[in-house]
Amino acid sequence: MLVLVIGQYMKTRHHFGIFNEVDRFLYVFQTAAVLEVLHCAIGIVRSSVVLTAFQVTSRVFLVWGVTYSVPQVHNTIGVTMFILAWAVTEVIRYSFYTFSLFGTVPYMLQWCRYTFFILLYPIGVTGELLTIYTSLPRVKASGIYSMQLPNKLNASFDYYSFLILIMLSYIPIFPQLYCHMLAQRQKIIGGKMIKKTQ
Amino acid sequence: MEIEIVHAKSGKTLATLQNLAPSATVLDVKKEYKKLKPHLYIERQSFRSEPRGKSLKDEDQLRNIGLDKGGKIYFKDLGPQLSWTTVFLTEYAGPLVIYLIFYSRPALIYGANATRTRAQVVNVAAACWTFHYAKRLFETIFIHRFSHATMPIFNIFKNSMYYWGFAAYVAYYVNHPLYTPPAFGDRQMYLGLAGFLINELGNFSIHVALRNLRPPGTKVRKIPMPASNPLTWLFSLVTCPNYTYEIGAWLGFTIMTQCLPAGLFTLAGAYQMTLWAWGKHRNYKKEFKDYPKVRKPIIPFLL
Repeated sequence: MLVLVIGQYMKTRHHFGIFNEVDRFLYVFQTAAVLEVLHCAIGIVRSSVVLTAFQVTSRVFLVWGVTYSVPQVHNTIGVTMFILAWAVTEVIRYSFYTFSLFGTVPYMLQWCRYTFFILLYPIGVTGELLTIYTSLPRVKASGIYSMQLPNKLNASFDYYSFLILIMLSYIPIFPQLYCHMLAQRQKIIGGKMIKKTQ
Repeated sequence: MEIEIVHAKSGKTLATLQNLAPSATVLDVKKEYKKLKPHLYIERQSFRSEPRGKSLKDEDQLRNIGLDKGGKIYFKDLGPQLSWTTVFLTEYAGPLVIYLIFYSRPALIYGANATRTRAQVVNVAAACWTFHYAKRLFETIFIHRFSHATMPIFNIFKNSMYYWGFAAYVAYYVNHPLYTPPAFGDRQMYLGLAGFLINELGNFSIHVALRNLRPPGTKVRKIPMPASNPLTWLFSLVTCPNYTYEIGAWLGFTIMTQCLPAGLFTLAGAYQMTLWAWGKHRNYKKEFKDYPKVRKPIIPFLL
């Protein structure tokens, strides 16, 4: 995980460039994030396996299923937005986990973790949605990852419709995740504040 | 003596019952409480000795749970309930009707140009599907003996979405004008059909065997054992051979139709049934110290 933290620091220094500089790091490190699910499962990180698996899946999907698969989106604003949001988030998050492993977390870091998301989440989500939306015409034209009848498996799959469904799913899911983080913030920082003034 | 009914979550006193004897049962408590709150029919009430404890059985006597001189009993409202029979009939009637709509009225689904000559296997598949769900409806009414009378009302929406959704999903592709018959032709169809039929018969045999294990009107629990019917011999290797046969039947259907959606449906069912089998297996082992060690929950020697 420390390796991932260092990797993320490198990424932050690069993200002000164009996608071409970042892409390899993005591919490697977001995919490596699959390890996070394992860490939760074996208990060295105190997070919900389900929530983490969900986030990792959606990130990996966005990186490989959309960004990698539709090169035309590489230089759009959406991609820059989500890379930015993810990079900053990850620096804070991995530092937080690393310190947790050693036992104590500096309050400043905890505060950052539970405050920065307020801006970063919407920025990231907007970037993600913009990226998917921009990829749609190319997906439709190329028929990528899609399968039509007739075929030997007697099945069909329309990636274009699937992407639209994914975009729609943000509507119920994003508020839930956001509110969960707000509630966590209340619980962890809100509580601390009260203790300090007493 | 006085029994105080306390809300399990809030700790608030909901009612106090005066006229119960120590030999009274939890069922008597429920009946008395229903008199005070008529909308809380018996199946909806759950009582525990501890706020977060397990639900007490209706037959448990108050004096056996430490309330022989009165005291507190904790209440939870299980919400509106439906009888298992109602839920099962709804869940199973749906797939029957839905699949037959796709099969018998293709123009409704695929447009007016839909009608064209059908492969033999499509007819066989429709017959199999119909047989499967007709059998389930029959078993629900005449064969199964349920331990609980009811389940929460939410389950009917969740379960129906699953059954009806998959019915539409599979029916759409098998009955599609562009359906492609299996690669190995009739041989594959007959192989799948044979597998389907044997497993359906097996599944039915197990259901009958389980029914005979339990005398009518009782909630007796015994270890199921292989009997004279060879299809019940699977009991010597697995706890839930009915689930094993069910997976087998749908595998047969998938092979017969060579349809990926049918395969996905088989997989989804297998996943859920495996979880249920593990639960049942664990319960049997807890309840019976002499439960056969060689048995696996659902797949012989493996799972």
